[in-house]
Amino acid sequence: MRKNSLWIVMALILIGFFVWITGYGSSGEPGGSQVTGSITIAGSSSVQPFSEILAEEFMAQYTEARVNVQGGGSSQGIEAVKSGVADIGASSRELSPEEKTPYEYLIAKDGIVIVVHPSNPINDLSLEQVADIFTSRISNWKEVGGHDADITLVSREAGSGTREGFETLALDKESVSDRALIANSTGAIRMIVADDRNAIGYISLAILDYTVKPLKINGVDPTAENILNDSYPVNRPFIYITNEEPTGLVLTFISFVLSEEGQRILHDEGVVMVNPSDDDH
Amino acid sequence: MKAYGNLKEKFIYMFIWLGAAFVAFTLLTIIAYVFVKGIGTISWEFITAIPSRMGKEGGISSAIVGTIYLTVVALLISTPLGIGSAVYLTEYQKRNSRFSRAVEMSAEALSGIPSIIFGLFGFIFFVIFLGLGWSILSGGLTLAIMILPTIMRTTQEALRAVPEEFRSNSLALGASKWQTISKIVLPSSAPGIVTGVILSIGRSVGETAAILLTAGSALGMPLLPTDPARSMSVHLYYLAAEGISMERAYGTALLLIVMILIINYLANLSLRRFTYRLKS
Amino acid sequence: MNDFRKKPGIDRSGIKEVFIEGLLLISALASILAIFLIIIFVFAKGLPLIAKVGVFKFLFSSTWDPVNGQFGIATMIAGSLAITLGALIWAVPLGLALSIFLSEIASPRIKGIMVPMIELLAGLPSVIYGFFGLVIIVPFIRDYLGGPGFSILAGSVILGIMVLPTIVNIARDAITVVPREYREGSLALGATQWETISRIVLPSASSGIITAIVLGMGRAVGETMAVVLITGNVTRMPESILSPVRSMTGNVVLEMGYATGDHQLALFATGVVLFVFIIILNALVSVGRKERV
Repeated sequence: MRKNSLWIVMALILIGFFVWITGYGSSGEPGGSQVTGSITIAGSSSVQPFSEILAEEFMAQYTEARVNVQGGGSSQGIEAVKSGVADIGASSRELSPEEKTPYEYLIAKDGIVIVVHPSNPINDLSLEQVADIFTSRISNWKEVGGHDADITLVSREAGSGTREGFETLALDKESVSDRALIANSTGAIRMIVADDRNAIGYISLAILDYTVKPLKINGVDPTAENILNDSYPVNRPFIYITNEEPTGLVLTFISFVLSEEGQRILHDEGVVMVNPSDDDH
Repeated sequence: MKAYGNLKEKFIYMFIWLGAAFVAFTLLTIIAYVFVKGIGTISWEFITAIPSRMGKEGGISSAIVGTIYLTVVALLISTPLGIGSAVYLTEYQKRNSRFSRAVEMSAEALSGIPSIIFGLFGFIFFVIFLGLGWSILSGGLTLAIMILPTIMRTTQEALRAVPEEFRSNSLALGASKWQTISKIVLPSSAPGIVTGVILSIGRSVGETAAILLTAGSALGMPLLPTDPARSMSVHLYYLAAEGISMERAYGTALLLIVMILIINYLANLSLRRFTYRLKS
Repeated sequence: MNDFRKKPGIDRSGIKEVFIEGLLLISALASILAIFLIIIFVFAKGLPLIAKVGVFKFLFSSTWDPVNGQFGIATMIAGSLAITLGALIWAVPLGLALSIFLSEIASPRIKGIMVPMIELLAGLPSVIYGFFGLVIIVPFIRDYLGGPGFSILAGSVILGIMVLPTIVNIARDAITVVPREYREGSLALGATQWETISRIVLPSASSGIITAIVLGMGRAVGETMAVVLITGNVTRMPESILSPVRSMTGNVVLEMGYATGDHQLALFATGVVLFVFIIILNALVSVGRKERV
């Protein structure tokens, strides 16, 4: 093994790498009809699956562009955009006054659904009962008409947009009890609830499936209709924010998301459209 | 030799045998379980298709590439540094000089730090402070720091195992110090160094927490080092934690285990060459 | 290593030699730099917060409410300690038994099978263990023992499997180093093999065995992914081994999402605590090693 030449080669490769990297910027300028460059969307893990699908469709159309989707939570997304690490921040809750930027784009609405194991006999809870359960004032299922068993609470971590939305809207700003098991995405909550007969948790309406059972709140079903007409109270916005006026690839992507095509994609995935310019529900 | 003295001793031996059997059993169970549940998912398509819909569909090609890419970047950075430091410490410094002890102690301290702390550091320093963003660069740099102590240590051991006569003979014949090192010492210690590198590969492949925080969780196929990437471990974590697709989770787990098996086997081969070389 | 430059006669230190030595020195310095950078960074970020909150309050308050500025990590220290001790309680005896087995009892053929097995166990990524725990252990505990399944018990079982190889390997090294004469002398005096092992070999290897345990402990405390998947991540003092807990490491990885201000610094502070803990463990090991010689 010629160690000398090996080291020189390695050094050259390293240098080559760095030269290569510095030749590329981040956001692309749409020079003419070419949409190129790469952008990063970071933030809410609830919005993430949808950003992913939108990105897939977008990149299928604009093959030179690249949209990277990152999770981390709503708070981190907002922070990432402010610090420049991400181009677009995704949030599943309203922004606080300190966080507000003038460049907020509502891309969809989503409901927060209370779910239990499919074998749980309960179908319906009042908002007050929901609050009592999640703050551990009620701790046994029999107190709301179910079996005699301890309630296993499942919640999101602190900093989650979903959790904050839930606490604001369903718990009247109280905190979820610290007895709750913590999962770091609503997908994980769904999985835990699907496996545990005595569990109750809250998940994004958009990922609701047959593995868990949704509960009505005050007799109202969590459906897109009821969210749009506000009769189902626990809903939250999916928001994209940017730090400055969107240009280039960022602008192209956001326009895509807000366009009829983007909205249709979102609708097909289960989120509630915000531009119901057509009549599919 | 009286092996079984009395009843009590028989008991103890039984316990020990049971213990060994239990461990073997556990390992086999884990592997067999993953194998049985995962083998159905493995197909050429699984390996070559990109995950879509958060990993619910498609394959895991980008995660495989991501894993390799990250490991390569980490090695490119840490191998020259690690070997260079080890060479300097063993060949150019007295054995117990303050400098070399300082370096060795720091390396040892580093190897004990939980990986999540590296992730934390990597996130704040590479992703945010240096502005590298979630990227293979950030992840690779973080990984590089993590495996640096291992490479340094194994290289040092390999170098120290080279008999002193090799060096003194070479110098007596008129070679310069660097010629001695590069043409005699390093080649002799190569298998030992390679073993250390292979072990570090194993660690990189299995690392999750640090990569999650620095290379991001984007699903796309990484091209440039500035692109984010998932490693297979990270992908498995998401699939499992979010119940996205249990079949794919098992498939990913199986591929990971296979990768580790191959890496372990290579490390063993290399280690055997090392001891063989020493004896001859 | 002798100083080559003192050899009389042939002088080979040209510019190239000096240059190369310089390059290598830079590598060594770069390595130290990387190491120190992390240490300084983590401490620089974490210590001020600990000072701000107060050392006692940070370590012993069980209120972790970052939204309202409450940073007490007692529940997480308890969580980490609980699963670590739980893991060691069964991994240490088993690991010791195994190391004795491999060094004193097993035939070369069995050794040839078991040693690679243990290496494999050591090499499996932690997510795989976490995954296994999630799909097998947690439901088992939930259905047959009670509680939500996510528990100290689940954490202890899986962590135990993970630290087992560490304990086995290091203990085994310590045991094999015990001189043959000790064993032969003991047997010549009429002791059984077990008497030899328990009264002569093990005590001689005791400091190495302690090293093994301490390092195993270090590994358990530092484990993140497997723990996050199976312990429930609850910030509450555990009531039984079936209670869910949060480890210090789990706290960091879960809440990195809230990467702002004091909350973020608090995570670094948790890192500081972890770091200090590991350093103490390492120091114990070094002290133990020095005494051996």
